[in-house]
Order: sequence, then C-alpha cells, then structure tokens
Amino acid sequence: MRLKCPTNFRIIRLPCTGKVDVIHMLRAFEKGADGVFVVGCMEGDCHFKTGNFRARKRVEQVAAILDTVGVGGERVRMYNLSSGEGPLFAQYAIEMDAHIRALGPSPVGTALKAQMTAA
Amino acid sequence: MIVADKKPIEEIIETVKPYDRILVLGCNECVTVCEAGGKKEVEVLASALRMHFIQQGSKKNFDERTLERQCDHEYLEEIRDIMDNYDAVLSLACGVGVQFMAEKYHTTPLIPGVNTCFLGATEKRGLWTERCQACGSCVLAHTAGICPISRCAKRVMNGPCGGSTGGKCEINKDVDCAWQLIIDRLRDLDRMDEYEIVTPIKDWSTERAGGPRTVAREDVQV
Repeated sequence: MRLKCPTNFRIIRLPCTGKVDVIHMLRAFEKGADGVFVVGCMEGDCHFKTGNFRARKRVEQVAAILDTVGVGGERVRMYNLSSGEGPLFAQYAIEMDAHIRALGPSPVGTALKAQMTAA
Repeated sequence: MIVADKKPIEEIIETVKPYDRILVLGCNECVTVCEAGGKKEVEVLASALRMHFIQQGSKKNFDERTLERQCDHEYLEEIRDIMDNYDAVLSLACGVGVQFMAEKYHTTPLIPGVNTCFLGATEKRGLWTERCQACGSCVLAHTAGICPISRCAKRVMNGPCGGSTGGKCEINKDVDCAWQLIIDRLRDLDRMDEYEIVTPIKDWSTERAGGPRTVAREDVQV
C-alpha cells in the first residue's frame, strides 16, 4: 500500500490482544518507552470473543498505574481496527506519534539516560 | 479461600521509602486466585515501584519472588539464604503470611502489600463475596447451607429480623437477606419444619471474641 508511517515504534505481533498483559506494557515503560499503543480487532469481532475487551481493561489498568507513579496514563492507548484497515493503522500510528511527541519524553526514560550518563 | 485486595500503590510507596533493598514477595495460594498478591501482581507492583523511584533518582532495588505459600515453614525456609540481601520484605500474602514471615525472620522489617478482607468465594472474575467468618462452630447443617453468621448483618440465629424487605437486607438493597435465602432453600428442600426449631444461644467462645484460637490435632502431630 506504500503508506507513510512513523518509524520510531516497534511492532510486537501477538496472536490476539488478549495475550497482552499488564506487565508487558509496564516493562516497555520501565525500559524507557515513551508510549505504548495496543491495536486490537474491532469490538465484537474478536476471534477469541473477548480478547480485545480484556486488552482494553488491561490498558486501563496500566494507565491508572502510570498515573500513580508519575509517568502519565495518557502514554498508553488502545485502538481498534479490522485486519483489512492498513491505512487506518498508519493513521493511528501517526496520531500516536504526534500525541507522544506533544507529551515529550517519558520521565522514566529520561531518568534511565541520566543514570547511564552518571555511571 | 482468604480474599484480599491490593493496597493503593501510593500507600506502598510511602512505606517502602526508608529501605533500599526490597524483596517483593508473592504467595501462590489464595491471594493469587483473588488477583491481589500472586506472581503477576508481584511483577506489576515491583515494576511500578521501580518506575516511581527511578524518577526520584533513587537507587532502590526491588527483587521479585513468589512462594508456594507464606503460611508454611517449609516454603518460607526457601528464602532463608537470600534474606540477608534485603533491608525489608514487601509481602503480598494475606495477614497470616505476613505475620508468619515476621515470626520466622525476626530482624527483617515487613511491609504488607495487600489488605486482607474475608473468607469468601469467587462469584465471577473480579467479584469475591464473603461466605464464612470462621466462628469455630458451624451451624450450616441447620440453616440449609447458608450461613447466618457471615451473611446476616446482625448475625441473627433465628431470623429474619424486621429489616428484611422483599428478600433484601435493610443495610443495603443489594444485599440479600440471609434468612430469606435460608427459608427459600429450606422450602425447596422440603425441610420447612426445621425452621420451627428455635436455635439456642450460640456459644461464641469459639469465635474471635474468645481470643486468638488454636487447632491442636495430636492425632496428626509427629
């Protein structure tokens, strides 16, 4: 499709967003990621029935934890689209990229870099 | 099982502040089932704490471990060789596990990571409800298998009281009247004649009011 898409994110493929656990998203932030977005199937279209609903709940849990620890819950988001919507995936990636750039770097990532510089 | 709920992370952050090397210790039993203190919760809490403290420029170390049980000598012994590496243990076990840890590792500060709530059942994922208050002398045989001690707000032994309306308790319209449930089930079991029997005053000495309790079984002790 030759769609334009930001290159500053890593795609982690999973059989279903229901496989995404809270700790997977938290680990990304712990390692310095500025944002995480989970892209699942359309609600009601999950092959495993409730995988994307589970993922949404977990994204909400992560957002609450990130708010509590001062990282900011707005750094994690969930999107839904169908597997045939490549252009929408690119659009969501661009949207997330702009959203995270507006928020600036993650304070955890900044602290990790400062620690490494000091060491 | 024992049902517990997570403590707010803000509260845990405050309690771990004085320590640098902390072991976050989970329990594989009841608190795993009620999703408050199992391996997953240990990972999530340790990760959240690391992220919080790294932003403060703090070099606290949070290690993770989950034991089969924290209310048994043999499993608590598994961490004896690593206990010297820590200034404190953040235990996600129920109050029993935390206290047993405190008795076993006398000089290590302990921080509870969950609020222990009650003895209950899993109604559905994410919903646990109280079923037993461990009163020490079970009356379920006479109450159609429904406990008036744990499920009646007044612990009435010959109910219902005047606060029962439409099968609900006066304390909250969402709470079933235990005695309504008992009567309904006795009727279904065709045992309504048992409802006529007046239950004598219960012996509460076996309950918590009689002080800390012990079960000593000499037949199984070696």
